[in-house]
Amino acid sequence: MNNLFNSYFVKTHKLEISITIIALVLFLIYFLGAPHVFTRFPIYRAFMQSMPFFGIIAISATFVVTLGEIDLSFPSIVGITSLTFGMVLTSTDGNFYVAFILATSLGMFAGLINGLLVTKIGIPSIVATIGTLFFWRGLVNVISQGSGIAIVDVADGTWQHAMFVQKLFGKIPAQFIWFIVLTALMQWIYRYHKFGNHIHFVGDNKASAQMMGINVDRVKIIAFVQLGFFSALAGIFTMYEMLYFWPTQGSGLMLTTLAAVFVGGTSVFGGKGTIFGTFIGVLIIGSLESGIVALGLSGFYVQFINGLMITAAVTIYALIQRKKT
Amino acid sequence: MAGLYFFYMAEELLRLENIYKNFGNVKVLKDVNLNIKKGEVVALIGDNGAGKSTLIKVITGVHRPNSGKVFFKNEEVNIKSVSQSRKMGIEAVYQERALCDQQELYRNIFAGREITNSLGFLKIKQQRKEAEKILRDYIGFTSKAITVDSTVMGLSGGEKQGVAFGRSLYFNSDLIVLDEPTMGLSIQETEKVLNFVRGLKNENKSAIFIDHNIIHVYGAADRFVILDRGEVVGEFMKDEITREELVQKMIELHESGKIEVEA
Ligand SMILES: Nc1ncnc2c1ncn2[C@@H]1O[C@H](COP(=O)(O)OP(=O)(O)OP(=O)(O)O)[C@@H](O)[C@H]1O
Ligand SMILES: [Mg+2]
Repeated sequence: MNNLFNSYFVKTHKLEISITIIALVLFLIYFLGAPHVFTRFPIYRAFMQSMPFFGIIAISATFVVTLGEIDLSFPSIVGITSLTFGMVLTSTDGNFYVAFILATSLGMFAGLINGLLVTKIGIPSIVATIGTLFFWRGLVNVISQGSGIAIVDVADGTWQHAMFVQKLFGKIPAQFIWFIVLTALMQWIYRYHKFGNHIHFVGDNKASAQMMGINVDRVKIIAFVQLGFFSALAGIFTMYEMLYFWPTQGSGLMLTTLAAVFVGGTSVFGGKGTIFGTFIGVLIIGSLESGIVALGLSGFYVQFINGLMITAAVTIYALIQRKKT
Repeated sequence: MAGLYFFYMAEELLRLENIYKNFGNVKVLKDVNLNIKKGEVVALIGDNGAGKSTLIKVITGVHRPNSGKVFFKNEEVNIKSVSQSRKMGIEAVYQERALCDQQELYRNIFAGREITNSLGFLKIKQQRKEAEKILRDYIGFTSKAITVDSTVMGLSGGEKQGVAFGRSLYFNSDLIVLDEPTMGLSIQETEKVLNFVRGLKNENKSAIFIDHNIIHVYGAADRFVILDRGEVVGEFMKDEITREELVQKMIELHESGKIEVEA
């Protein structure tokens, strides 16, 4: 037993193990507190349906956070790219390819602007992305004039609709499968691709990374660009689920998404993080609202318990970190 | 004798001509000229803030000069990046160590020049194997506690410097740049570093060696270049000057801001 706890795997995966235990305890509480809900399938289907929308962004944002940077603008990037997707889809009588390419390109362009503001102009990312958060949302409001766009006529029943959000075997929402596949792919890039490696070095120590021959600016810019892309993708998923664009789309994503990343164990100081942790963080944060209500507590507790979870988790990580140094 | 040999015979490896470097309004390097021969160890000495680190960072591609020319192996080069200078055959061991604390040793050794497949995915096994070799053969780590999977965080100053050295040796380079490699090291570890610098000559490698300790410098270098407030103010072959005279020159410079150079 002692051997097991001292093994190499345990030593190098303390964060992942902690977060998994936290998630298991949480689900045990759900299970014991509301067995009538949690022994039956529908609640899990609801989770699988709703989690991917912010989960995809959280996975992608883990790269930016590992850099020691932050992006607060993604809720508005979701907004502007969803608007674009809706407008193009309806005005081209359902041309998915054009809509998809324009929306994701705009997402990457928005990410590029963030990246350039941070690297070439030198604005701290927290400030730069507050600016672009307001900018893109403002543009959504100006263009949409506050009204939504229904895409039912051009999207419902298409193969893209099936591909993105159909229930497999009538049970498992396709978006959850996508979410798992993307998580696996991003985990692989994060740990085993040159780009993921550079993300870690730049986040760890920018000056050293540069002296070791890593192009710091390029790494940062690509990180913001991919987050723009995945924000657009998450917006498109949401559109197919709802078959509707509304002008505030995306604006509720900020806290849940970032909370998932931090609860997942990625260090806000940069240089260290875990995609698996973010995935579990998504399961935790994404289950809180329904879980708490199912436990019989009123909806008013949601934020309170959310706050408790985040604070507890980051405290545990800080303690693990401190023991190391 | 060695001095005469280098002066007349040895082939030139690196030449800097009229290098200027400003940071904003601050002129850090002013009209610096420097050349390094093959197999020669040149010491750069000078006060804090003289511009020594800046000068070597121009050579290693960390900084771009505002003006001036750089020749490497008799060809004019425009060093745009660290990767480029590494490819040319220049390796560095920096004052700041240039390692990332939270990352594993095998990743640190190959950072910026990872061994990858054609899609850019790391060949982890191969990196770990090569890193293992560097740790045991080049650095001579015997401690069982340090493996290729250790993070840099837990290493002592000497061990960190060892990693930086091992890395610079492994990538078979022509010029090794050492910025205060003995800083913060014990006497034993310092001796190892100095032996390493002296050993470079046997392999016909050249080095630029920065150190505040004149005793270290005198024991390891063939030539001394004195930098003061961004300018080269003196240059001596080892057989032109005794250690005591060199120390005297540095004191003089420090006190009067000038240096007496007899023709
Ligand atoms: N990135 C930078 N930005 C602005 N100023 C810099 C930068 N790097 C160095 N300087 C300035 O340039 C001058 C020379 O610095 P440098 O590090 O080259 O000195 P040094 O000779 O290596 O000193 P030391 O012996 O203390 O290491 C100093 O005044 C320093 O403050
Ligand atoms: Mg220096």
